Amino acid sequence: MNVSVVKEKGYLIKGLLVHSSSLAIRAALLIQRWYRQYVARLEMRRRCTWNIFQSIEYAGEQDQIKLYNFFGFLMDHFTPASSERNLISHIFRKNEICRDTEWERYFCYKSIEVSDSYIGPHLTFPMTFCGVSKLVEAFKHKQQLHARYVLQLLGETWRLLRILPNISHIAACHNKQITICGDLHGQLEDLLLIFYKNGLPSSEKPYVFNGDFVDRGKNSLEILLILFGFLLVYPNDVHLNRGNHEDHIVNLRYGFTKEVWGKYRVHGKTILKLLQKIFSWLPLATVIENKVLIMHGGISDTTDLNVIARVDRHKYVSALRPPKAPHHAANGSKTWTMTDRNGEAGGPVEGRRRVCSLTYRGSATAHRHELPRRSLNNAPLTSPLNWSVEEELKRRRRLAGFDQPYGELKKSDSDPESGEITDMDEWKQVIDLLWSDPMPQNGCIPNEVRGGGCYWGPDVTEEVLGRHNLQLLIRSHECKQDGYEFCHNRRVLTIFSASNYYEVGSNRGAYIRMGPDLVPHFIQYQASKTCRELTLRQSVGWTERSALRALREQLFVHKSDLISAFQEFDPNNKGMISLRHWASATERVLNLGLPWRVLRPQLISSTQDGMVDYHRTILIDGLFQISDNSILETMYKNHSNLETIFRIIDTDNSGLISFEEFRQTWKLLSSHLKTEISDKAIADLAESIDFNKDGSIDINEFMEAFRLVDISCSLPFHAQCKKSKGSLGIYTLKSIYRSWGEV
Amino acid sequence: MTENKQSGESIVPDLHKKIKAAFKSFDYESNNNVDVREIGTIIYSLGCFPTQADLHDIIAEVEEDHTGCIPLDKFLPAMTKVLLEHKFPPIPEDLLLQAFEVLDKQKKGYLEPEELTKHMTEEGELFTQEEMEEMLTALADHKNNYVYYKDLISQLTIDPDL
Repeated sequence: MNVSVVKEKGYLIKGLLVHSSSLAIRAALLIQRWYRQYVARLEMRRRCTWNIFQSIEYAGEQDQIKLYNFFGFLMDHFTPASSERNLISHIFRKNEICRDTEWERYFCYKSIEVSDSYIGPHLTFPMTFCGVSKLVEAFKHKQQLHARYVLQLLGETWRLLRILPNISHIAACHNKQITICGDLHGQLEDLLLIFYKNGLPSSEKPYVFNGDFVDRGKNSLEILLILFGFLLVYPNDVHLNRGNHEDHIVNLRYGFTKEVWGKYRVHGKTILKLLQKIFSWLPLATVIENKVLIMHGGISDTTDLNVIARVDRHKYVSALRPPKAPHHAANGSKTWTMTDRNGEAGGPVEGRRRVCSLTYRGSATAHRHELPRRSLNNAPLTSPLNWSVEEELKRRRRLAGFDQPYGELKKSDSDPESGEITDMDEWKQVIDLLWSDPMPQNGCIPNEVRGGGCYWGPDVTEEVLGRHNLQLLIRSHECKQDGYEFCHNRRVLTIFSASNYYEVGSNRGAYIRMGPDLVPHFIQYQASKTCRELTLRQSVGWTERSALRALREQLFVHKSDLISAFQEFDPNNKGMISLRHWASATERVLNLGLPWRVLRPQLISSTQDGMVDYHRTILIDGLFQISDNSILETMYKNHSNLETIFRIIDTDNSGLISFEEFRQTWKLLSSHLKTEISDKAIADLAESIDFNKDGSIDINEFMEAFRLVDISCSLPFHAQCKKSKGSLGIYTLKSIYRSWGEV
Repeated sequence: MTENKQSGESIVPDLHKKIKAAFKSFDYESNNNVDVREIGTIIYSLGCFPTQADLHDIIAEVEEDHTGCIPLDKFLPAMTKVLLEHKFPPIPEDLLLQAFEVLDKQKKGYLEPEELTKHMTEEGELFTQEEMEEMLTALADHKNNYVYYKDLISQLTIDPDL
């Protein structure tokens, strides 16, 4: 054999082994190095995308709370005109004082007939294991349970829940493992996957479900019925903890109410009313072996399980309807002026901001205060490549809005003379359990990102766990990429069971199995075949595109505020500003805490010398055309709030509201937002929306018309069809134009 | 990347900003320390292509005495130097292609998963099983599981940040 040829080709011939294999080794090294770098960069991108979704999600939650704080304020301080009062009292219906027996009559299922044409499952009571399994199978096959059985099942559940304590206690049995699941959010696929992998609940297989069963996903009701079914069959072995979404007012915004109305047009109202009661009766926490504490949100520095064990938990129907505030808080009621920032002293960027909170009603000003970071493996923003540490601190100071530690705030809040002190204290204990998030720093401060509960630090964990002689705190409430995450020196564990929560491929779900040794073991999964087949790069890419689309929508809805903010940096009206100014203005308006300079290339192009043509920031457009553009923008911006209010008004779920109701809604919303909306503009709008000209407005059509098109990128068909949670989507309005006789 | 005299002077502060920002992303306790295991990701994300051996060297230089932590005040000067000297430049596409072709002895134009696995897990700076599985999921063709490296290279050497 020709030695030189062999040498060149590097074949494995004995004397030449060294040469060929060293070449292969060098090749391998190169490829390994390249690949590891690639993966690391993907990881940074993934973190960034995650933060986008999470910040938009939490901003939405805060939004809703602001709206309700506003209505509460109105009720306390004004006597609105009678028509408006009717509207508000819809929202703030005082808890009816009927006795439970009267309610039982109201919820009675007996008069509801099941026709012969019904092909869904038939349930018999008392519920049996066979009955629930049948139910699970039926839901797997996308059948719907008859309203009669729904009400019957819910009625039985309500009866059972009323005798359960606020805190369930479980003893760890020597041969049993306890399964603990986190948020499910209406994602039936995930629950079925858990049952498939882990087995159905039974006395041999106890389960704890840690809240947020409903909202966002489209099978919230099915999940509830399954969980309640198992609860009825195994009341000692199935434990449900209430989550912050087990709240009928939150449900108005996040999809559960809509889902029920959609599936049960006739009995939806009754079902929702019964669920309202059931939610308020859900237990608040579970303790295993007096060592492991499980609740949905978390704790605060004032958490006291003895107090919680004693409260009348069903008094706390909704986080958004607190007990009547003590009188002195009326002085501090500038709280709800989220939109008030223009009136603040101190300049726009450094300005103090008052922030809304469910539990804190006083006013306070910003202070040098380290703020907790939102968590993705406890990480805050990703690669904010050009931010300094000082800028980070400034941002946090702006967001903080409080200068007192959380515990002291509570003290200043309550009036020892007032008789309501106990109510507020108790209410705060409950809200903290359902809404709080952990933070890396010590201390305890109000959770102004969500608007309820607090952020608590590792010192609080130690103190509370120590005080109650506990060793581990398990909670949910926050989506985690791997389905679970430890923090606070492994004393706090977050478990999240809704996979692909933000988008296909965004995260895995997980559940815990725990034996008598109380050591948690994790099982992770990801529902949906589609995402398992996606490559790493595709799944990051897909999620990223989705996040960017959601971001562009945010830019659109805040268009005029953004342009004003940009113009502050462009006194000569050149239309161009620097990247740094663009980023700072965008953050000031949108307040999402995102690394705008990193995101910029995806949102707007820059010139060679680092300037941007800021008018081109908005790359998408709505197609709605009416005379008054400002009302249009308000509409887009407050899409979710509007929908919430509409659903409250439409009490008979006809899907229609009258012009007058529409007008009242606008008036209310405009005073909340402190914008002027003329009666004429509202009338124009109403008329333009009344597509069939019959004097009433179809809510669903109205909402559909709000979806926006992202013309800046072409998405695969299925990605376009997928409606992002809580955000605006797209639609062509040509048919609507035609009906108006225009275009 | 044009560098005139003026921007040359401002380069170091800019680099500092960049490095600090990447560092902060992993500074979970907000105490200017990161876990040593995250250093690789940080350095990669700043555009560098070190080998594992290179990483070990850097870590040895900056790690705080077996605490498993790396403080910012040590990392910053070391990393600035790395960036100024362009110490770990990106791998040119053609070199990467050659590397794959060396492994693809039969010149098929693709690598079978077993082939690639053997090389990645037995030679050089060995991949863990997890890394290998991830690589195959990411790069292999859906249907036949082959790694068509030529197509991949042009797709994947594009800066994913752009």
